[in-house]
Amino acid sequence: MIRIEHINKRFKKLQVLDDVSASFVKGQVISMIGPNGSGKTTLIKCILGMVRQDSGKIWFNEKSIQGDFLYRGQIGYMPQIGRYPDNMRVGQLFSMLKKFRGVEENQTDDELWQKFNLAAIRDKSMRTLSGGTRQKVSAALAFLFQPAVLILDEPTAGLDPLSSEILKEKIIREKNKNKLILITSHILSDLDELTTDVMYLQEGKMQFLKSIETLREETGESRLAKAIAHIMKKKNASVNTNGQLLSQPGTVNE
Amino acid sequence: MTMLKLTRYILYDIFRNKVVIGYTVFLLLVSVTLFNMEENSSKAMLSLLNIVLIVVPLISLIFATIHFYNSYEFIELMLSQPMSRSRILLSEYAGVSLSLLTAFLVGIGIPILIYSPDATGLSMLFTGSALSMIFTSVAFFTSVKARDKARGIGAVLLLWFYFALIYDGLILMFLFSFSDYPLEKLTLLLSALNPIDLGRIFIILKMDISALMGYTGALYKDFFGSATGILFTTGILLAWAVIPMWLAVRSFRKKDL
Repeated sequence: MIRIEHINKRFKKLQVLDDVSASFVKGQVISMIGPNGSGKTTLIKCILGMVRQDSGKIWFNEKSIQGDFLYRGQIGYMPQIGRYPDNMRVGQLFSMLKKFRGVEENQTDDELWQKFNLAAIRDKSMRTLSGGTRQKVSAALAFLFQPAVLILDEPTAGLDPLSSEILKEKIIREKNKNKLILITSHILSDLDELTTDVMYLQEGKMQFLKSIETLREETGESRLAKAIAHIMKKKNASVNTNGQLLSQPGTVNE
Repeated sequence: MTMLKLTRYILYDIFRNKVVIGYTVFLLLVSVTLFNMEENSSKAMLSLLNIVLIVVPLISLIFATIHFYNSYEFIELMLSQPMSRSRILLSEYAGVSLSLLTAFLVGIGIPILIYSPDATGLSMLFTGSALSMIFTSVAFFTSVKARDKARGIGAVLLLWFYFALIYDGLILMFLFSFSDYPLEKLTLLLSALNPIDLGRIFIILKMDISALMGYTGALYKDFFGSATGILFTTGILLAWAVIPMWLAVRSFRKKDL
């Protein structure tokens, strides 16, 4: 569904994405994992066309996204930090987007709107919302137009446990509808029950993209957090014994 | 279709925050006071000329720049929707320039049409409208290029200083140093490089005082009074509005957000 070919992106001197290639298909839930500044958000923004890569191509449904914008109608995006017009009210934001997208009232997915009880804050302006409430708004917007692809950047960060659980359940339901879901998160325990594949990024390089079964087999750990820790430890050890391996990440993971 | 919806929404948003209403009231107050204070409407027009040439570009530049940075979140939100970047930026431009144009036409246009509905008045209306569009366009280009609000507003203020004050000084210096040569055609060309100057010449030549400007004045009057002159002015002013906006769209399409 989404294919990424040799993406490079450089912000001034910093190489944020270094020859990243990957391919995602329907029904997958990809967990994008990596330390801060490893290029996860930049990769997401490249897929959304918000950041233009220096070289490489991105394909959405076998069509290059270069110069295209209609494909974004099939993506629901929940940003890491949702930024919305300050003066706009919550209700206005939703009705405006519905109007822009030209969908009928009953064609939208209002499940999160109801479960997060956003109707209660419909008349509050976006400026007055707390970080967590903003996240709820972002989440409800991402699912609103029943997109085939969901891109969730740190979805559970800042949410209270109850709301976080509601969101996770929602993600699982969407996963069962055979959608493609991309999630980044640092809370690996959140990802455990969702993930089908893990993509690991470090310093802009993709270290691996493996299904969770393979990962469990290779590491002998059943929990995602432990499996990742296992790989990191192994990598650090091999780096320590032979510094040159740093430049050949592929060999570390074999 | 989406562009129309977007522009309508932006217009609604601008008129709700009252800055443009304040600008309209300010222009209205100034022009009505001037027309009532001077017994002779052509004197009032002369004072109004300076308002049009100095205040309109300044407000257009600053308002458009601040609006652009304040709408950044909105633009980001729109970018996650299936909308093209050029359309989003052009809708923003349409919204801002239409609201500034409305403010100008209500604040200065209506008084002019009541008190001085002649060739001078019409040329002032035309120039003021053109300057509103032009400096909104320049502000958009600067805002897309500048990294943050402070830089953007700083750059826009410098541009205003340049177009409204410094450019004239440079031209005068140039004319004095080369006063032995016939420079009429050249100054005409130089005026095209500054929309404010071009607007000033265009309006002043319609006024009675242009009789005091001697040989050069007569030459200019000949040119700007002719169909070619009007076409020339319109063409240059149009280019001043279109080219910066075109550059802005071009650079916005490649911008990382």
